[in-house]
Amino acid sequence: MPKTMTAIDEFAVKLANFVIAKRWLVIFATLLITVGVASGARFLTFSNNYRDFFSEFNPELQAFEEFQNTYTKNDNFFFTIVPAEGDVFSNETLALVEELTTEAWQIPYSIRVDSLSNFQHTYAEEDDLIVEDLVKGAESLTADELAEKSEIALTEPLLRNQLVTADGRGIAVNVVVQYPEASPFEVPETVAFARDLRDRMLAKYPGHEIRMTGVSMLNNAFQEAGFADTTQMIPLMYLLLLVLMAVTVRSVSGTVVTLLMIAFASVIGMGAAGFARIGLTPIALSAPTIILTLAIADAVHILITMRNSMRAGMNKRDAIVEAVRVNFLAVMVTSLTTAIGFLALNFSDAPPFWHLGNISAVGIVVAWAMSITFLPAMISWLPMRAPKPKAETGNSFMGSLAGFVVRNNRKLFYGLGAVGVLLIAAMPRIEFNDQWTEYFSPSIQFRQDADFSNDYFGFYPIEFSVQSPGSGGVSEPEFLEKLDEFTAFLRTQPNVTHVYSLTDIMKRLNRNMHADEASWYTLPDDRELSAQYLLLYELSLPYGLDLNDRINIDKSATRVTATLSNISTTETKVFLDAARAWIAENAPDYMKTTVPTSAQVMFTYVAERNVSSMIAGNIAAIVAIGVVMMFALRSFTIGALSMVPNALPILSAFGAWALLVGTVGFSVAAVASVSLGIVVDDTVHFLSKFVRGVREKGYDRAGAIRYAFETVGYALVVNTVVLVVGFAYLATSHFKMNADLGLLTALAISFALIFDFLFLPALLLRGSGNWITNTNKDDRTGDTDDAQTQAAQ
Amino acid sequence: MMHRPKLRSKRLAAILAVVTLGYSLINPITWADDAEDKGYDIAARSDRTDTGFGDSEVTAVMTLTNAAGATSTREMYFKTLERENEQVGDKSLTVFVTPRDVQGTALLSHAKILEPDDQWLFLPALKRVKRISSANKSGPFVGSEFAFEDFTSTELNKYKYKYIGEETVDGMTMDVVERFPLYENSGYTRQVAYVDQDVYQVRKIEFYDRKDSLLKTLSLEDYREYDGIWRTHKLVMTNHQTNKSTTLSYGDYTFGTGLSDNDFDKGVLKRIR
Repeated sequence: MPKTMTAIDEFAVKLANFVIAKRWLVIFATLLITVGVASGARFLTFSNNYRDFFSEFNPELQAFEEFQNTYTKNDNFFFTIVPAEGDVFSNETLALVEELTTEAWQIPYSIRVDSLSNFQHTYAEEDDLIVEDLVKGAESLTADELAEKSEIALTEPLLRNQLVTADGRGIAVNVVVQYPEASPFEVPETVAFARDLRDRMLAKYPGHEIRMTGVSMLNNAFQEAGFADTTQMIPLMYLLLLVLMAVTVRSVSGTVVTLLMIAFASVIGMGAAGFARIGLTPIALSAPTIILTLAIADAVHILITMRNSMRAGMNKRDAIVEAVRVNFLAVMVTSLTTAIGFLALNFSDAPPFWHLGNISAVGIVVAWAMSITFLPAMISWLPMRAPKPKAETGNSFMGSLAGFVVRNNRKLFYGLGAVGVLLIAAMPRIEFNDQWTEYFSPSIQFRQDADFSNDYFGFYPIEFSVQSPGSGGVSEPEFLEKLDEFTAFLRTQPNVTHVYSLTDIMKRLNRNMHADEASWYTLPDDRELSAQYLLLYELSLPYGLDLNDRINIDKSATRVTATLSNISTTETKVFLDAARAWIAENAPDYMKTTVPTSAQVMFTYVAERNVSSMIAGNIAAIVAIGVVMMFALRSFTIGALSMVPNALPILSAFGAWALLVGTVGFSVAAVASVSLGIVVDDTVHFLSKFVRGVREKGYDRAGAIRYAFETVGYALVVNTVVLVVGFAYLATSHFKMNADLGLLTALAISFALIFDFLFLPALLLRGSGNWITNTNKDDRTGDTDDAQTQAAQ
Repeated sequence: MMHRPKLRSKRLAAILAVVTLGYSLINPITWADDAEDKGYDIAARSDRTDTGFGDSEVTAVMTLTNAAGATSTREMYFKTLERENEQVGDKSLTVFVTPRDVQGTALLSHAKILEPDDQWLFLPALKRVKRISSANKSGPFVGSEFAFEDFTSTELNKYKYKYIGEETVDGMTMDVVERFPLYENSGYTRQVAYVDQDVYQVRKIEFYDRKDSLLKTLSLEDYREYDGIWRTHKLVMTNHQTNKSTTLSYGDYTFGTGLSDNDFDKGVLKRIR
């Protein structure tokens, strides 16, 4: 053995002996550290702000923050009210809306309430300008009055399809809230209040459906989805792992210790997150499930080696030392590459991925440390019987598989190569979709309410702060004309349900000022007149309904809001591009700086942002993992070469996803580096066996391939099954991002096994294998694979 | 001989005092009445220092600041005619000087105590006077954080009062009085006014919104005396919910310029240049 290996082996033996001799100290220290770090969990909070999905450097977020500082925060509750039958212009429904409007002012942090009832209806009466609530005393309105309200509401551009549907079936109350953002409980408490208000309204006005959406409900849904995941997914995950352990380890003690170990690793990961004051998003909350999946592998390798040694006649203590010795390097290398893959997530633009990466990396490192300290210490204390010698079954299958691969290597090489190339060619067909209502599974209330509300009202606001020639410029006739053209253009776009524009207010005021004559429903043609109309209008508006959220303070810009129906990211992009193109072509120079912004715009580009920021992350991961591979395989060239069979299955997985599913959310950006860190393990094991077969055992290439299959094949299958099950299990998450991440990673891991078994040998039998066998270096591949050798027996 | 009755009366007084005190302790209404009376008295005393000025003229600059820190100014002047009868409000005329687009736009207001004010607006570009019929009293004044009622003269009978206690602010001992709007359509549930005990001027007002959360704080600074009449020259209104603020700075007041009801008739609006 090379000197360094001996040194590592010696260290491993010393460590194992120390751990067994001082097992109580080790167990006690483990418990102490676990409790100490896990105590950080008390600082954990659930994130309830969609902005947590964006780093502060995200340009779309910066634009939107600036927009909100100029106008108003867009946090809101949106109540959609639908009577069981008939239209909303009934005494009961309007009374409901009136009462809800008044009561909504009691919602904590509410700063504005808009509805049909408090809509400031303006009309002329001789030289008087009357400004009043559109609906007052709804209960006692006569049929004629109701018909009049209906007529006014359904022809008012500011109301139709925004607060009442054109067919009169649905009506809405919008409540703008502004949180001080001083406490994590603000959102859930406010949501609880609003829900209680809705329940009171439902009790008082039966025969109505009231659903709540809006940014506050979205923010709350992130929290509720995370909570549902934590309480429902993780217990089931333990059950799943229990079964897997029972099948592979076949020992009560081993199973118990492993479960303890992975539980400790995940609580330490979460405790560390608490100390770092991380606000947990559903994405970060998939970390425990991932830690459980990855941590189990370390324990399984060590326990299986130990059992095999005992079966071969070793006593328990010696078997433990041997298991630690032969697995030490393998477990370290695999943990290291996996941790690197997760740490690369720090390059992402989305903080939840930083959290997921760092929590998982902590858990992985802790699991590794425990597998060589706490695990042997516990096992040496707990009873464990030597299993009866058993006939080997797996090897014959693996042997024939090897034979098959060698025989058909040419077909496999070109066939799989072609499949790989075809799949990779399909990659560009992947379509990003980050429609945030669909982030949530239909079991989450918010998703149900959003789906309901979408049948009546638009869902995704797109904001434009339209720039005028300067201070007071919003009154400039030329500007108003352009603004009106822009508004008209937006209204012709597909999927636009409503456009809120100052021009509608100006036209109405102009008509009001001319005795409500329809012919005066035009824009004022005089700057001073417009400015004075605005002044008049501002003076007449009641508390909370001012124009501050529509016109900036020096009146140099006004806000236009286009509301889109529940459409995909791609369709949103079409809209945004069309709007930008219109501005570029038609807007005067002063207006050209107008850009679309909003939460929806942020989510529309979140996938691109993260994919582009993760390119650097993936390169860093590939380089770092490549270095580890060179160390593990003890050769620069083989290490570098090994990256080919690793990259191929991951890229093919993306291609397969493009063909099978088509769309993916921004979590796709995380898949590459995470799965790379995991799939390299298979290659390490297989390649090192192959090289050892050639160099130590003197096999030819076909023989070395057979040797690799027989020694490591079964363990790779077991490992892959555990990982695929664990990641695929994320598909049950209430949060679609986790499902995408889990399924894609599971697909990549499955592909990796297929490529390692069927393509890599074929590759080795061809040019590169020749090249490897001819590399006659003094150093030999290490014993990283001994674990697998033993495990496979 | 005189001892006994005296003693008896003393004892009687003591018993009465104990009974009264005990009663008032168990009966909060009595306390509330006391607090209301004292609150009203303090407000009335402050209000009296303001009465008897007859009429006034003053220029003002209003500076608006939004959450991003951007600012914008409007200049205007006010003419006010006092009406001594506490059951009716003062008459005021607000004329905008800048921004230039609204120069000459004039708002005439006949304040009422509990009903909506009578308001007329003259739009020079339209050359018409329009009466504004609006039930809204606490709506924002030209996009600022002030409602019109926040900076025009305070009418005593618009509120019900409650004395809260004393507090020292900026080295001054203040009486703290809560006041509850009696008129409809107010955006406020209550206001907390801080009145100094020295010259009885309101130094600070906290406004609580419909859900009784702190909405705005008005700080009244730079008080100056004009022959016994005190006037603040700087009002700063800070909105705690939106982080916007507005500063209203007054120039020097002129009193007794001989204004009369004729100067506050809607007919004069058109004659303002």
